[in-house]
Amino acid sequence: MTLEEVKRVLGAEVITGEDRLDTEVKAGCGCDMMSDVLAFVKADALLLTGLVNRQAIRTAQVADVRAIVFVRGKRPDPETVALARETGLPVLVTDLLLYEACGRLYAQGLPGCRGK
Amino acid sequence: MAEEGAFCREFEVTGGDFYNAGRVSTEIKAILRQIGINAPTVRRAAITAYEAEMNVVMYARHGRVKLEVTPDRIHLNVRDEGPGIESIELAMQEGYSTATEEMREMGFGAGMGLPNIQRNSDRFVIRSEVGVGTELEIEVRV
Repeated sequence: MTLEEVKRVLGAEVITGEDRLDTEVKAGCGCDMMSDVLAFVKADALLLTGLVNRQAIRTAQVADVRAIVFVRGKRPDPETVALARETGLPVLVTDLLLYEACGRLYAQGLPGCRGK
Repeated sequence: MAEEGAFCREFEVTGGDFYNAGRVSTEIKAILRQIGINAPTVRRAAITAYEAEMNVVMYARHGRVKLEVTPDRIHLNVRDEGPGIESIELAMQEGYSTATEEMREMGFGAGMGLPNIQRNSDRFVIRSEVGVGTELEIEVRV
């Protein structure tokens, strides 16, 4: 699924990476604990999280996550946005809660991070 | 002692510096990529480095990360001055955490730190002395 589709399905706003919406994500991971993300997320996945700080960006960078969606309408502060921009990581924001955001993407065919 | 022909770098990590937390691991990741190591191996090594770095930031006063790369392996030595680990056996259990509320707010304290290092490495040794510090030896084969 492309980020363009993610944006449409979630009614999301693009904070950074407007020029990278053709990026393909292969799976989704919904999680607020970063070590759980590192334990379970697949490479090239989309991370949906309510953890809006620099560690979310760093975690994504370390684990080859392709983009982040911040849920519950939480907006990153300018420093977090700057770090995302610096690392080339697209960041989107949706007003949806984590459960519904994941559910919508899953229903549209974006798989989870378990299995092959 | 570093192996002959190995690539070596050392990094400093400051305890409590959440702002820069992750900087060393992302730098290590960039170096490994630049050396030309394959992406899945770089990812595994970067995850171990990040978890180890976060442990220093969260618990210790100061730490030092030594990276050594040879054609067949990535070796990380992470040594800190800090409280040490009371029970390594407990710390290795998935879900066990001694993280404070502040650390949890940062998204850590899932009790997956050391288990994540274990599952992403080919060799993992912990030495720790309470009140002195902790040393991790991590090896990821290329």
